[in-house]
Amino acid sequence: MAWTPEYQNIFTQVQVQGPPEWGMDESGNAINERGQKASFSTLVGWLGNAQLGPVYLGWTGLISFLTGTIALNIIGFNMLAQVDWSIPEFIRQLFWLALEPPSPEYGLTFPPLYDGGWYIIASFFLLISVMAWWARTWFLAEEHKMGKHIFWAFGAAIWLFLVLGLFRPILMGSWSEAVPYGIFPHLDWTTAFSIRYGNLYYNPFHALSIVFLYGSVLLFAMHGATILAVTRYGGDRELEQIVDRGTASERAALFWRWTMGFNATMEGIHRWAWWFAVLTPITGGIGILLTGTVVDNWFIWAQEHYFAPMYDGSYGYEAYGSYEAFIGQEN
Amino acid sequence: MLPKWFNVWNRENPADIYGPAILVGGLGGAVFVAIAIISFGQPFATDSLQTGPRGNGMSVTEFKSDLAKPDPGIEAYYQEEPYVPEGGEALAKDIYENVQVLGDLTEDNFNRVMLAITDWVSPDEGCAYCHGEVDLEEYGNDDLYTKVVARNMIQMTQSINENWDGHVNANGEVGVTCYTCHRGQHVPSDIWFKIAPVHARAAEGWSAVQNRVTVQSQYTSLPSDALETYLLDYGRIGVHDLEAHVAEYPYEEGVATWQDTERTFSLMNYISNSLGVNCVFCHNSRAFYDPEQVTPQWSTEMLGISMVQELNNDWLVPLKDVYPPERLGPVYADAPKAACKTCHKGYQQPLQGLNVIGNYPELATTEAPVYE
Repeated sequence: MAWTPEYQNIFTQVQVQGPPEWGMDESGNAINERGQKASFSTLVGWLGNAQLGPVYLGWTGLISFLTGTIALNIIGFNMLAQVDWSIPEFIRQLFWLALEPPSPEYGLTFPPLYDGGWYIIASFFLLISVMAWWARTWFLAEEHKMGKHIFWAFGAAIWLFLVLGLFRPILMGSWSEAVPYGIFPHLDWTTAFSIRYGNLYYNPFHALSIVFLYGSVLLFAMHGATILAVTRYGGDRELEQIVDRGTASERAALFWRWTMGFNATMEGIHRWAWWFAVLTPITGGIGILLTGTVVDNWFIWAQEHYFAPMYDGSYGYEAYGSYEAFIGQEN
Repeated sequence: MLPKWFNVWNRENPADIYGPAILVGGLGGAVFVAIAIISFGQPFATDSLQTGPRGNGMSVTEFKSDLAKPDPGIEAYYQEEPYVPEGGEALAKDIYENVQVLGDLTEDNFNRVMLAITDWVSPDEGCAYCHGEVDLEEYGNDDLYTKVVARNMIQMTQSINENWDGHVNANGEVGVTCYTCHRGQHVPSDIWFKIAPVHARAAEGWSAVQNRVTVQSQYTSLPSDALETYLLDYGRIGVHDLEAHVAEYPYEEGVATWQDTERTFSLMNYISNSLGVNCVFCHNSRAFYDPEQVTPQWSTEMLGISMVQELNNDWLVPLKDVYPPERLGPVYADAPKAACKTCHKGYQQPLQGLNVIGNYPELATTEAPVYE
């Protein structure tokens, strides 16, 4: 539509489709370890690179895929069994169903299969799957002679994952402390966890995690918007602009200095983004790990540390109005 | 279809009409909606009842349109003023046979109360629903289960009004009568039965009591055994530690876990829905457990929970063998039980605080009635 600028679009505006790009093959055997197919999808090209494949699976990818599939199937078949193998009920109650951790009384022993046993087995396979995928991010970076930034960033997420499902349950002495595998049930866990330990909002590490989460969102929006806004001057060639600052970088920098007196650089913004993203699960994981192990009631902890304010004023609606007035039946 | 010159002219003068059309349409629509809201008012306007100190967001919010509609049960409530005895009248227990409750009433008042109960519980079948299709002389028979249950329920009603004054008259004289629960139906709405475990198979223990769409869980994935745990079995509702640091482990007996918290949450969610309120009607949600940060309604509610426990254990469950099979629960054939919603039906006060007991002093006491 000609009346609107082309760059103001949520979809990618430039697609490259031609002979597939196969990547480097310095050792000569990479081609055998990769998928043999590469194709193009216009639909995919709206969101990213239009080229699909080749996929490099490798032994880590293979293990990750297989164990992940096993874990997912254990979860799914347990849900299906819970509704007596009824597919319609499975679909109807899918968001309600879950594979739950064991009852608390089993501690760290292996529970009966139907009371958390399958949960432990699924978690074991999920753990292998995630760790294999983590290794994969190392090996593939190695292969490309890249830095290991993605490996460490994924490691931050895995830290939170391990705190929730492994470290904290062990410290608490019970696998029952782990998070259920289910859509609504894992949200129930989150609420119950916060309430049980006296309101997680008074946990300073939870607060830090929120800061970094919202900060990540803000930085991502600012950075994405800035780069798109200077793409017409070559701003999308971000890495080149780190060492060879052009008019795109200068305009973007000037814009933010005029706006708030300070600007990131083409290099710095990516370090900001990486640290904000990584610190979200790191601080969150610390907060979870301390809960129930070190601190059992965060609200009282906050009172003891003088940052839970008390409010003046009465409790109860009688101080502010009447029920009869509220429902319009005042005589 | 269109004239040729029109198509030719169009071809030679291309113009993007869709962009401006969407722009004008969108902006014009927004202006139209804005004017409509200003002129006719917000169609989903809300009103709120502040329940705690300003600054912490404690309030109960309702749509004004809902507030404008009174509980239809108020209009439908049948009542008749008592005939104040002048002394010397014959009493029901002397006139009729087998009068085990309400026997100290004069004949006029006895029939007045009977008539009201008929209207409250079996308006269509009338007297026959409890007494059967028999002659008046045989009304003393206890052949039908409905009559036996009705007698128990009259005693229960008297007990509630007498012993749970702090709950049912917490905000002024309101009380309960048969109608508070029955609303013209044989079986009150919003009764409940035991259903846990809720999964067909492949689940035991903690896994088995939750994660299903049930009325008992109020259609959440929270545990479906909350009502039986707390309102029948006297389970402990509180889950919090009252010190910042406590040495305890979840596998130890008596230590509240996040699982217990989910069950408590399930109960609290049920209570909120039953009363049409939210958490902050009773609690300051930042510290649910803290008795220094609750509203007076919290105390009323605590009494209510104790009351429901007594109603279920002392009155409703013992009637199990009196009921025919179709009145019993679908899973355990247990007796129907009551909870908050059985009376409240979604309102803060049943029938929005209508004084139902005022005209029925006979139901307000287990003793001989006092007329004023």
